[in-house]
Amino acid sequence: MNISSLNLTAIAPQIIIIITALVVLLAELFTGRKSLLAYLSLLGIIVAAIASWYIWNGTEQRLFAVPMFQTMAVADGYSLFLNLVFLVTAALSVLASINYLVRERINHGEYYALLLLATGGMMLMGSATDLMTVFLALEILSISLYVLAGFNRADLKSGESALKYFLLGAFASGFLLYGIALIYGATGTTNLAAIVDFLKGTGPMRGTYLFIGLGLLLVGFSFKIALVPFHMWTPDVYEGAPTSVTAFMSVGAKAAGFAALGRLLLYAFPTLLGDWVWALAVLSVLTMTLGNLTALAQTNVKRMLAYSSIAHAGYILIGLIAANEAGMAGVLFYLLAYAFMNVGAFAVVIAVGREGEPNLELSDYAGLGSRQPLLAAAMAVFMFSLAGVPPLAGFFGKLYIFSAAVQAGFVALAIIGVLNSVVSAFFYLRVIVYMYMQKPIVEARPVLAPPLALAIALAVLGTIGLGLLPTPFLTLAQQSIAMLFGA
Amino acid sequence: MGEALIHNTIWFILLFPLLGVLINGFFGYRLGKRVVGVVGPAAVGLAFLAACGMFIGVVQSHHAVVSTLYSWITVGDFDVSLALRADPLSSLMALVVSGVGFLIHVYSVGYMAEDERFTRFFTQLNLFAFSMLLLVLGNNFLVMFVGWELVGLCSYLLIGFWFERDAPADAGKKAFLVTRIGDFGFALGVMLIFTTFRTLDFEQVFERAPELLPVGSTIATAITLLLFMGAVGKSAQIPLYVWLPDAMEGPTPVSALIHAATMVTAGVYMVARTHVLFELAPLSMSVVAWIGVVTAFFAASMALVQNDLKRILAYSTISQLGYMFVGVGVGAYAAGIFHLTTHAFFKALLFLGAGSVMHALSGELNIQKMGGLKDKIRWTYWTFLVGALALSGFPFFSGFFSKDEILWKAYENAGLWLWLVGIVTAFMTAFYSFRAVFVPFWGQSRLDKKIAHHVHESPQVMIVPLVILAVLAFLGGYMGLPHFLGGSAVEGFLSPVFAAEEGAHVAEAGAHAAGVGLEVTFMGISVVVALAGIGLAYFMYVARPTVPVALAKGLGPLYTLLFNKYYVDELYMAVVVNPLKGLAGWLARVFDARGIDGLVNGIAAFFGWSGQTTRKVQTGSVRSYALSILLGVVVLVGYFVLR
Repeated sequence: MNISSLNLTAIAPQIIIIITALVVLLAELFTGRKSLLAYLSLLGIIVAAIASWYIWNGTEQRLFAVPMFQTMAVADGYSLFLNLVFLVTAALSVLASINYLVRERINHGEYYALLLLATGGMMLMGSATDLMTVFLALEILSISLYVLAGFNRADLKSGESALKYFLLGAFASGFLLYGIALIYGATGTTNLAAIVDFLKGTGPMRGTYLFIGLGLLLVGFSFKIALVPFHMWTPDVYEGAPTSVTAFMSVGAKAAGFAALGRLLLYAFPTLLGDWVWALAVLSVLTMTLGNLTALAQTNVKRMLAYSSIAHAGYILIGLIAANEAGMAGVLFYLLAYAFMNVGAFAVVIAVGREGEPNLELSDYAGLGSRQPLLAAAMAVFMFSLAGVPPLAGFFGKLYIFSAAVQAGFVALAIIGVLNSVVSAFFYLRVIVYMYMQKPIVEARPVLAPPLALAIALAVLGTIGLGLLPTPFLTLAQQSIAMLFGA
Repeated sequence: MGEALIHNTIWFILLFPLLGVLINGFFGYRLGKRVVGVVGPAAVGLAFLAACGMFIGVVQSHHAVVSTLYSWITVGDFDVSLALRADPLSSLMALVVSGVGFLIHVYSVGYMAEDERFTRFFTQLNLFAFSMLLLVLGNNFLVMFVGWELVGLCSYLLIGFWFERDAPADAGKKAFLVTRIGDFGFALGVMLIFTTFRTLDFEQVFERAPELLPVGSTIATAITLLLFMGAVGKSAQIPLYVWLPDAMEGPTPVSALIHAATMVTAGVYMVARTHVLFELAPLSMSVVAWIGVVTAFFAASMALVQNDLKRILAYSTISQLGYMFVGVGVGAYAAGIFHLTTHAFFKALLFLGAGSVMHALSGELNIQKMGGLKDKIRWTYWTFLVGALALSGFPFFSGFFSKDEILWKAYENAGLWLWLVGIVTAFMTAFYSFRAVFVPFWGQSRLDKKIAHHVHESPQVMIVPLVILAVLAFLGGYMGLPHFLGGSAVEGFLSPVFAAEEGAHVAEAGAHAAGVGLEVTFMGISVVVALAGIGLAYFMYVARPTVPVALAKGLGPLYTLLFNKYYVDELYMAVVVNPLKGLAGWLARVFDARGIDGLVNGIAAFFGWSGQTTRKVQTGSVRSYALSILLGVVVLVGYFVLR
């Protein structure tokens, strides 16, 4: 094996992100201004995005896959589109973090390094074509997030959140690893392409071990993307973690989970579709319904958004279940839309908050419309988009995914999905009611820090832009999934 | 040349109100009330002029013209443009919406003059005008749906405009949520259309529909019933009408514009617009007609005994919308749209008149506390009277022609029963209309001394729109004369849209079509019924004022039932709202807030799981969470093993 066979250019975006993380870690020793580290991180994110773009354009036909590290990972349209999702999430989170960290007195340089490492893990998950790579990437991602969740050491809630996340995460990782082991035992390989070949050869007779392995694999991922009943950690962890971390992981970790799950199920295990699809359908219904109904009763905005993110995982799962091109393109588009609207919503939570975040209740948003009209308008955009009101990004994500489900014959699932989004309108609307239809309690007008304002503005732009001009992004999403179905 | 005119005007119909929103929304507070009070109405007035231009273009061009701004979504076979459509139907709707909208905007300048959120009001009212025009001008289901959702949003914001009080805030929420139930059906219908036809474009869908779907096919029925579900929510029909009476908590111009003249008629417009699909589903047509007539009947009966002037008008609106659905449900689309138009004139007039009464009486709305107003606020009285005459179907006023057209077509196309319920409703309509005239305006004054002291006529800016609407409410009917009196101009104008399908109904109804003689007889019956209703109201409230009290006592249970609106709100509360609230609360306790501990600890003890090692974690919840995961594992793996 020589270096060139590793094909380092194909993995350049991931390498750039990881190197930036290390540089940030080192640079912290030499600078007192932590915000410099943030801008350094942003630079790395932008360079990685450019690198992804180059790889995308570097190949003539869209049906490409550049293997790297033998067959451990691949750079294809799918992974590159997901890079876009992860990098947008990371960039918005970094911008939202800068002043938040200062305010909460947790302005340590390793924050950005950890965030970048997690991003690198996410990107690797999107490109992994071997179960071992999937596992490694997942652990890079998870361990960074465990630390980030507990980053506010002085805050008991943050510590508790990290411990819970770590214990349960390790528990779930165990199942995942066990699943991988069983699949290896049944097929003799951990490589996805080899699994495809193996399944083609076996015909209808397949060992029980393979199915137990697949089941345990699903358990591991269900935990990461917080499907009911593997979701219990989510509200506690999302509520306890620093808000900027919650923003980052509520989108990034979920997208990474969907990235790997999508490639696994649709590329490696499409032959077992009849088996996994019903399990996922049940999980999806449970997740949407319980997520939304429980969100109805929340009065804490952060916790409400946690349940909302559980529900959204249920919607996105419908695209996977449809298992057709429209569904998968819908999943990718939805993830991008979700990155803008959800990080945006948490960024507003940061902007409204004060030190120690004692004010996360709905009543703390009373009269925001007259106190800070632009901030309230931004929050209204995010809420409407999350509720699926046209013509915003979230609406098209839902439209596309639900239509794909109808197309694939899952009419009942689409109906339950639409019904759920009707229910969800209630709690998103409640935020707007408080902002515009309640008298303000405090008249204080905290100044919005420029980076945070920029993050919110970009998120608004993305949420509205994806709604008014969805075509280029949907086209991109559709081209990028060709690999999953074309092989 | 008509086509060029359309392309030159159609986008301005949307652009002006949108500019109004932006100017008032962003700079309104700096510009001050005077400027806002000009910008708001002007935005809609200019839209009306643009709509007139488009109307002329449509008259000249003889065929539907589509103006595309840009291709909104093009992915694979999914292609939707941001495009507007100019045809007789859309241009008539645009004229009604912008024309009546303009008058109501002008009126609002006077009505809302003292309100501290004057700017916000006009921003939202302009946003509504924009959304409603988008709804009626859109050339595909997606644009229509965007407008559909946006008008719902504006309705919600404007009902809850005076949110300091609980009632408007609750009413706004109720309106939003109830109509969302209908929107749920509408969204599914649009999705089903897309998966069936692979397009959302009106023209393509209507072209392919007769080829793809045989008459009476399940898919055609499903699509149309789902779409109609949206109409039931938006246009306040049984069983989703409950939000509209409460919506009267909003400012009166809002009630006039959104909850009488325009938004609530969106459902009727939608059915008329998609009539090609409804033609393929006879079952759905019958459902539309019967829901319509039953709603008309029940809503009218509830209007008989209400004492709140605006609520009488609200139930009346629900009832009149029912008539419109009867029209489109029996295939008389032009008649339905004609009634929509005249209703927009006379109901907007009645609401604005009620607003003028409120203005005069410092906000009093209970008709039992009024009396003798006709000499004190003359302009308001005379214009209100014109509106009531039109509503009750008094001969030669607009409502007479449009309602009669629907009833006649109902008989001709669908038979005696529909007509019979309709004519009984017409009697009640005439009665409650004139109860709303005689009780507040005639007889002795029952006003509070304090209020009676400064009863005053409204300012010019409110009276002028009333007078214009009164003229329209009288003359509007002459656009749609019956055949034997020269034929309907509205029907002729709309014929490019509806003619083919309406012709089929007439041919089918050949057996019924008994000629002019019967039509004149039916018209005679309508006149008698209207006069009888008015006469009874005169007898009860002017000639023998003691009768109503005695009657209420004599008919105790029935009166109580009507007065309490058949207890439908209470029923929904008990059957739907409270159980759902309870479920959410229960779920929150069980799945949130660590409430699962009780259950899981029991199981944990059973498994001997409460080991020392995990004690240090502060709560028991990590163990219970892990157990939840474990239960999931058992079920999931079990499924895969036993599959």
